[in-house]
Amino acid sequence: MLDKTVPSIAEAVRDIHDSATVLVSGFGASGIPTELLVALLEQGARDLTVVNNNGGNGPLGLSQLFLAGRVRKLICSFARSANPAQPSAAAFAEVYRAGKIELECVPQGIMVERMRAAAAGLGPFFSPVSYGTALAAGKETRVIDGKGYVLEQPLPGDFAFVKARHADRWGNLTYRYAGRNFGPVMCMAAKTAVVQVDEIVPLGSIEPDHVMTPGVFVQRVVQVDTQGTAR
Amino acid sequence: MTAYSPLSREQLSRRIASDLPDGSYVNLGIGMPTKLARCLPSDREIILHSENGILGMGPGGDEITDADLINASKEQISLLPGASICDHVVSFTMMRGGHLDITVLGAYQVSADGDLANWDTGTPGAIPAVGGAMDLAAGAKQVWVMMEHVTKKGEVRIVERCTLPLTAARVVDRIYTDLARIDVTPRGLVVRAMVPGLAREELQRLTGAPLHFDERVDALSA
Repeated sequence: MLDKTVPSIAEAVRDIHDSATVLVSGFGASGIPTELLVALLEQGARDLTVVNNNGGNGPLGLSQLFLAGRVRKLICSFARSANPAQPSAAAFAEVYRAGKIELECVPQGIMVERMRAAAAGLGPFFSPVSYGTALAAGKETRVIDGKGYVLEQPLPGDFAFVKARHADRWGNLTYRYAGRNFGPVMCMAAKTAVVQVDEIVPLGSIEPDHVMTPGVFVQRVVQVDTQGTAR
Repeated sequence: MTAYSPLSREQLSRRIASDLPDGSYVNLGIGMPTKLARCLPSDREIILHSENGILGMGPGGDEITDADLINASKEQISLLPGASICDHVVSFTMMRGGHLDITVLGAYQVSADGDLANWDTGTPGAIPAVGGAMDLAAGAKQVWVMMEHVTKKGEVRIVERCTLPLTAARVVDRIYTDLARIDVTPRGLVVRAMVPGLAREELQRLTGAPLHFDERVDALSA
């Protein structure tokens, strides 16, 4: 019998090792696996490389990992607070300015496609995005048929932390609205995809047509209620 | 010098929105362009895309009531009938692969060749943050820029060569400012519309690259 459900959040993150690369879903406040990140803080892994679109979103989750000095490097498209009046990435700014974290700024779609390449068994690929800009510095470039391209490297993860809406015990997932964002590609690009869901549903209750991430890409699912405790 | 009034941001938003064709797929960049969503002409179907996987976005309220329905500026949106949701792979395929007709982006500087600088103000110590700007600039069928004609200090924003870090080279098709609509063409910058009362010499004085004037220069009005 195939059962990917785990009984607790602590169990879900138990084997995250030092120096792991962790892909973390979320765009704005939507689709962030906050409870998994808080559990990782308690679990203690350090020297992490985190891939996330933003530099944290408010005080919980990634921001706590930054302040605790657990993250060596952030690979990110937008590590600034989008709205200065409501700073969402203040903790990141603090550790970055103190020189305690490395930042690799990547165009958002290239971050995505680098993960997709890793997931799909592809090697490096040429993209026109960032050609002739500061973000192409140090990368191989080539002009093909008169158009400039930058060589981009696949970006695999040791783990993915993803938030989804429903999962069954095979790991089939659905997401809610724009909470889907990076979830599908991060599940595909990580060796071990750990998914926190609002509800674990019986096998067969997600219509095959409605599965958004097929279970083959998911290794663990844990149900988390709105108070952040596993059920 | 004759008297003229620059367009307000609201008037400029209405003007750009009124130039979007019926049936077009449009991405609105963060900042000023998101205002366009509130002034789309009611007699046209314009399908708005947001990089976080939304196609068919409608206006939302002033407060966040559903965090899973937000735009790239993290503001509340709604879904119109016919809307669809996708993941980031598909959303950026739309953007980078030339599937969106128009993106309207804010900018710090645009060059006479259509080079775009809109992601880094060059402020020392600023945290680099690009988001989806480079993907959009590289891949949309048309890039329209919406910005103030000069900075708050009166410095030109339309320049021979950008001095700020580039987002992408030779991508801008059209520039809308509070003073004029200017197209980037093979023969250089061509003024298509100006606010009433503004003299051509004055517009040129406020612009850091040579301007050509179309045979017919319309009034830039909301």
